[in-house]
Amino acid sequence: MSKTHVSATVNGDPVEFLAAPGMTLLDALREELNLTGSKEGCGSGDCGACSVILDGRLVCSCLVLAAEVEGRRVETIEGLAHGSELHPLQQKFLEHAALQCGVCTPGLLVAAKALLDSNPDPTESETRYWLAGNLCRCTGYDKVIRAVMDAAAELRQVRAA
Amino acid sequence: MSQLAYLAPSSPEQAVIALSAAGARPLAGGTDLLVQLRAGRTKPDIIVDLKRVAGAIGVREEAGGFVVGAATSGAVLGEHARLSRIWPGVVEGAKLIGSTQVQGRASLGGNLCNASPAADGVPALIAARATCMIVGPNGQREAPVESIVTGPGQTSLGPGEFLLAFRLPPRPAFASDAYLRLTPRTEMDIAVAGAGVNLALDADGVVTQAHVAIGAVAPTALLVADAGAALVGSRLNEASLAAMEAAVRAACRPISDKRGTEEYRTRIAGVLARRAARIAYQRAGATL
Ligand SMILES: Cc1cc2nc3c(=O)[nH]c(=O)nc-3n(C[C@H](O)[C@H](O)[C@H](O)COP(=O)(O)OP(=O)(O)OC[C@H]3O[C@@H](n4cnc5c(N)ncnc54)[C@H](O)[C@@H]3O)c2cc1C
Ligand code: FES
Ligand code: FES
Repeated sequence: MSKTHVSATVNGDPVEFLAAPGMTLLDALREELNLTGSKEGCGSGDCGACSVILDGRLVCSCLVLAAEVEGRRVETIEGLAHGSELHPLQQKFLEHAALQCGVCTPGLLVAAKALLDSNPDPTESETRYWLAGNLCRCTGYDKVIRAVMDAAAELRQVRAA
Repeated sequence: MSQLAYLAPSSPEQAVIALSAAGARPLAGGTDLLVQLRAGRTKPDIIVDLKRVAGAIGVREEAGGFVVGAATSGAVLGEHARLSRIWPGVVEGAKLIGSTQVQGRASLGGNLCNASPAADGVPALIAARATCMIVGPNGQREAPVESIVTGPGQTSLGPGEFLLAFRLPPRPAFASDAYLRLTPRTEMDIAVAGAGVNLALDADGVVTQAHVAIGAVAPTALLVADAGAALVGSRLNEASLAAMEAAVRAACRPISDKRGTEEYRTRIAGVLARRAARIAYQRAGATL
């Protein structure tokens, strides 16, 4: 079976690639587009390490076929920072030591960005439920939650200013 | 996987043609299908993506009720204010499916057609007396939700047929619904038992119509007619609730597994149905 030609927008840039039959969006990002920030933790939708935003919706890229994103908009962890300037979420993850091994971190950051895009002032409990599909074996989650709450507060200040 | 083709038809007619080929499988959100594909548990030759088919995505009001595209994600359903107000039980069933990421993709059509006995979206749809708009080689037909799943992993859909949308009937005044499930964890777990209850009341708070459906306690989700009948004519007094619970338990035919024994599942199904009935009653505008 021949490969499918796919054109999409990734982090604002138009991209084109060939999707092998059955190839997932995660594999296309990592192997065809060299965007290796999104990780495969499980490949079954359970861990969230592969989280990306597809047409404004948070999804697991391991459970999206690459061919499905024809004409769609994909946002990945690589689109979070502006050049060398970290996104407030990234900065707060560093300040709060919200990562250790870092495998879950790209997925958590993308998921947290999707949360703050739709809800700039989430409660702690809303944040915990929103991130329930992002597993982390290292941090115990508390520092992650504090980093997200702190980044949300900073982003609100920036917006108000 | 090396033989897998991908098609994304834009009309129901094109989808039927694509699905009529040997080895073709519909794809909605892929949160069941792609997991099974990656694990090698299913080996389709052609994947037919339904998400670009006209009418398979979105919510619209029609003839006093709602038409819900079968491939609409849980996230979209949860954000639909009127659907959430008028069918809160149907929406809470859909919203219980998986994490935020899974919600971004998982559909009620996929939840039903995957045919898991524990599917969270199904009991409330059955209790709502929702019907399926099915498209196939012989045109369109409409069938009750409870007629689709015939056993674990099995449906009554014929070759080339797929679910285009669900139809939710018009609501009388003083009517509402609720769905409750029990899982060992609060998130990301499979139901031990689930119950959906849909009630309509008169202006005095007397139940005029009641439908009770249960999940994860039999090979398919079940509509328990006796349980609904036990509530009609009551204001959910203890005697009617006890009769409803007894009817629910009598209908259970669960398995024992690591999530719960037969006895536990049967008992919990009754408790969940009782609690869901109280919530539906309150939502319908009456106080206990
Ligand atoms: C991490 C995770 C957590 C989950 N948690 C839950 C949970 O809490 N509760 C729960 O019930 N489920 C859960 N699920 C299972 C799954 O998300 C749901 O069953 C979901 O509703 C499936 O919908 P989908 O659109 O992704 O279906 P798909 O995977 O696209 O399809 C599922 C099946 O239905 C068929 N199909 C799909 N749409 C149609 C149609 N319109 N017509 C005919 N056939 C069709 C497909 O061919 C396939 O066989 C979870 C899954 C994951 C990965
Ligand atoms: S790799 Fe996609 S959810 Fe784990
Ligand atoms: S930092 Fe190691 S898994 Fe989260």
